[in-house]
Amino acid sequence: MKTTETPAPLPAESGASVSKIDVAPAARPSGRKKEGGVLNVFSHGVLIIWAIMVVMPLLWAVMTSFKDDSSIFGSPWSLPDKLHFDNWSRAWTQANMSDYFLNTVLVVGGSLIGTLVLGSMAAYVLARFDFPGNRFIYFLFVGGMSFPIMLALVPLFYVVNNMGLLNTIHGLILVYIAYSLPFTVFFLTAFFRTLPTSVAEAAFVDGASHTRTFFQIMLPMAKPGLISVGIFNFLGQWNQYMLPTVLNTDPDKRVLTQGLVQLAVSQGYKGDWSGLFAGLVMAMLPVLAAYIVFQRQVVAGLTAGALK
Amino acid sequence: MQHGKYRFIVGFLALPLGLYALFVVWPFIQSIYYSFTDWTGLSPEFKMVGFDNYRRMLHDDIFWKSLQHSLLFALVLPLVTISLALFFAFMINVGGRHRRGGPVVSGVRGSSFYKIVYFFPQVLSIAIVALLFAFAYNPDSGAINSLLRGIGLDSVQPLWLGDPDLALWCVMAVLVWSTVGFFVVLFSAGMASIPAEMYEAALLDGASRFTTFFRITLPLLWDTVQSGWVYMGILALGAESFAVVQIMTTGPGGPDYSTTVMVLYVYQKAFRDGQAAYATTIGVALLVVTLAFAAIVMRLGRRERLEY
Repeated sequence: MKTTETPAPLPAESGASVSKIDVAPAARPSGRKKEGGVLNVFSHGVLIIWAIMVVMPLLWAVMTSFKDDSSIFGSPWSLPDKLHFDNWSRAWTQANMSDYFLNTVLVVGGSLIGTLVLGSMAAYVLARFDFPGNRFIYFLFVGGMSFPIMLALVPLFYVVNNMGLLNTIHGLILVYIAYSLPFTVFFLTAFFRTLPTSVAEAAFVDGASHTRTFFQIMLPMAKPGLISVGIFNFLGQWNQYMLPTVLNTDPDKRVLTQGLVQLAVSQGYKGDWSGLFAGLVMAMLPVLAAYIVFQRQVVAGLTAGALK
Repeated sequence: MQHGKYRFIVGFLALPLGLYALFVVWPFIQSIYYSFTDWTGLSPEFKMVGFDNYRRMLHDDIFWKSLQHSLLFALVLPLVTISLALFFAFMINVGGRHRRGGPVVSGVRGSSFYKIVYFFPQVLSIAIVALLFAFAYNPDSGAINSLLRGIGLDSVQPLWLGDPDLALWCVMAVLVWSTVGFFVVLFSAGMASIPAEMYEAALLDGASRFTTFFRITLPLLWDTVQSGWVYMGILALGAESFAVVQIMTTGPGGPDYSTTVMVLYVYQKAFRDGQAAYATTIGVALLVVTLAFAAIVMRLGRRERLEY
């Protein structure tokens, strides 16, 4: 992460300002201190207000997930009269959250592994081998980052349908992988370029095949890059909503985001709002936990995505 | 390194490239082709109809509404989000009080805490965020209106998502809430690499913090701001706005199409109304809008690159 880097050393030109040091601090200390004081109260105030605005809805969701239906609607801001853990167990068993969870884990697990393996294979070849068409293929992959997915979604539905992959877990996995490749290839190509060539060459001279060199030497060396891009893809795939909504209409195959939205829509008839809130919080917890544990890598991966 | 090189390259590229071509590139090409047909998506037969779909689109009031809303998303959202994020990032990184013996510029106390908290919404699925806020906006029993009642504002009880004049802004506010933190972290990384000597010189010359922000921080951060602007615009035109509008607003699309955006309209035409060809036509329009948006931002934002 960039924030931990120390600033660049003093450039020679700005040395001119050094002569003013004797004059300026003596002339203006009180004025600056005052401005700083007022501004600090103000800036802390604003920062705290936004922090509250971020945390409040999340805490409210957690709190609501422990309340019963009548108090959810009667007094949305009151604390639960007692902790209704039954909401959570009801959501898990009756509202199919366990199924959605399992589907999500399967889809994200499969696509995450597939994305990392296929993405690093393509990126390795593109980064370290010179062959005709190398640039073209690279830009074909990277170009995919800036196009609106929705445009391709209509024909994609029929491609997936014709292959008999509609409403299947493995079909969803393949599509997730395909749509994760642009950023993954982009990120890992840059990463493989930074790795030293000497180790790979030594292994090759010792008689290892290209494939073996890749899997036994280069892939372990690329571990930090794989972790960053892996977390990025984990969050993106776990949170995916548009692709499953279009490609996966079988109620038994729903993933978490989709399942929750469907539950909320059908709640008009069933009315288990407390169970739904428990489900919402259940779906939030894994990503919040992953974020807190891997905070640095998440930030590094996501910000690299914007700065392409 | 030549032995078996091409076999290795082909072997490593075949699978990722094949998957990407099949599920991403091919549907993109197809969708442009389909926009010149009368394909319904329900049966395999269709014929070429030239520019009929495009003519129809130009006379479609709902299309113009959705275009208008999408443009509003692409202009207002980045403006609000990025301004807020720049302000917060400046406070966090440069807005701190000067402490004796400490660095000349520093963030306010607890800056890393703010950065972690602000980023929370970014890791949550936009679908889950949308669901949560749909509850909060509920006019009778939602958290926001009951909060207003709680502080004595009984007369102010907007319908929020049910009010055609308000619904679009409510939806946008949710996207601002969920993305500001990302840009705070992104801009913080950029600000950390600005040499402290520049601030030192400016402060010694008696510059206020407002001057330092507009004369030093913003110009040196311009590249990041610009790419952030494009990134946010693409999100606002695509997947993110789809999820919030589809999940949060009634209809979906809001009362009297007051929140319909282009990507939602593509989805509805293709998968609800069985007008696949017309849907891809709107998709092509969305692609044109996205590319034009990116080109205009890059063009207008062009500044002489500052070296430091």
